Amino acid sequence: MKVAITSTGNSVQSNLDQRFGRCGFFIIYDTETKGMEFIPNPNKDAQEGAGPASVQLVASRNVQKIISGEFGIKIKSLLDSLKIQMIVFKEPEKTIGEIINMLNS
Amino acid sequence: MSPRPLRLRKISNPPIISGFKPYGNKKTEDESGTVFLQIEEYEALRLCDYNMFNHHQASETMDISRPTLTRIYARARQKIAEALVLGKQIIIEGGKIYFDSEWFSCSSCGCYFNNPEKQEEIKECPLCKSNNFSNYEQTYIEPEESMTRCSDICICPNCGFEQPHRFGCPCKEEICPKCHHNMVRKGTPHSRNF
Repeated sequence: MKVAITSTGNSVQSNLDQRFGRCGFFIIYDTETKGMEFIPNPNKDAQEGAGPASVQLVASRNVQKIISGEFGIKIKSLLDSLKIQMIVFKEPEKTIGEIINMLNS
Repeated sequence: MSPRPLRLRKISNPPIISGFKPYGNKKTEDESGTVFLQIEEYEALRLCDYNMFNHHQASETMDISRPTLTRIYARARQKIAEALVLGKQIIIEGGKIYFDSEWFSCSSCGCYFNNPEKQEEIKECPLCKSNNFSNYEQTYIEPEESMTRCSDICICPNCGFEQPHRFGCPCKEEICPKCHHNMVRKGTPHSRNF
């Protein structure tokens, strides 16, 4: 199963990004193969429509869960119709490594 | 003057199929035609006939008024009857809708998560795998408001105990707190005997 995590940087030490649409990087983590993929967010500085564009990017990787600090109003119903689970985790201090450890435990 | 805009209908899950085709039809598909069932009509039918909700409960689930739900439901039945009688195929699409799901909060790691698969129950927190989670109500409706919308009274036919009727909850499903007998609506012919 693939999980998308929003990150501020492109390493395991970077923190969880509190925004979904305009986060720095998307990390696609595969819980079976333990593989990670870092995708720089092309919509980081978008004027509008960053959320739906990011959903499209993440959905094209077939993820089933997304972990982020917050989800915008446009995205919630979009993700519901795509049957992707949203996990809101409001702890900006947590690093990507810690979150992956939580998923594996 | 343009009509008042429609209220968005809340849909819990999209239908698993996108339509039905008639079987054993003498005519071709083009001759018999198609019925377009809207997703909101499918949802009303699912809530009322599959989940056996009454119209009031179904309307609260879809976040619309009770008369609106009844109109959508009537339209759904009309369309399905038309498809059955005239052998038309049904395509489920369209409608003024949005998708929503239940939200949960986990007390171990402090995260919030939703359940995109309504049919499957959530057993553990998807993040920390604990089971210390509870339902998280985003839009909490004051129970007082819906309870006082009707001035009727439920009465127990066994001991005569009376309580204000709760709107949307059938009296016969209410249980008397004193003698645990099913209650009835006060003033109806059925309750006059008591």
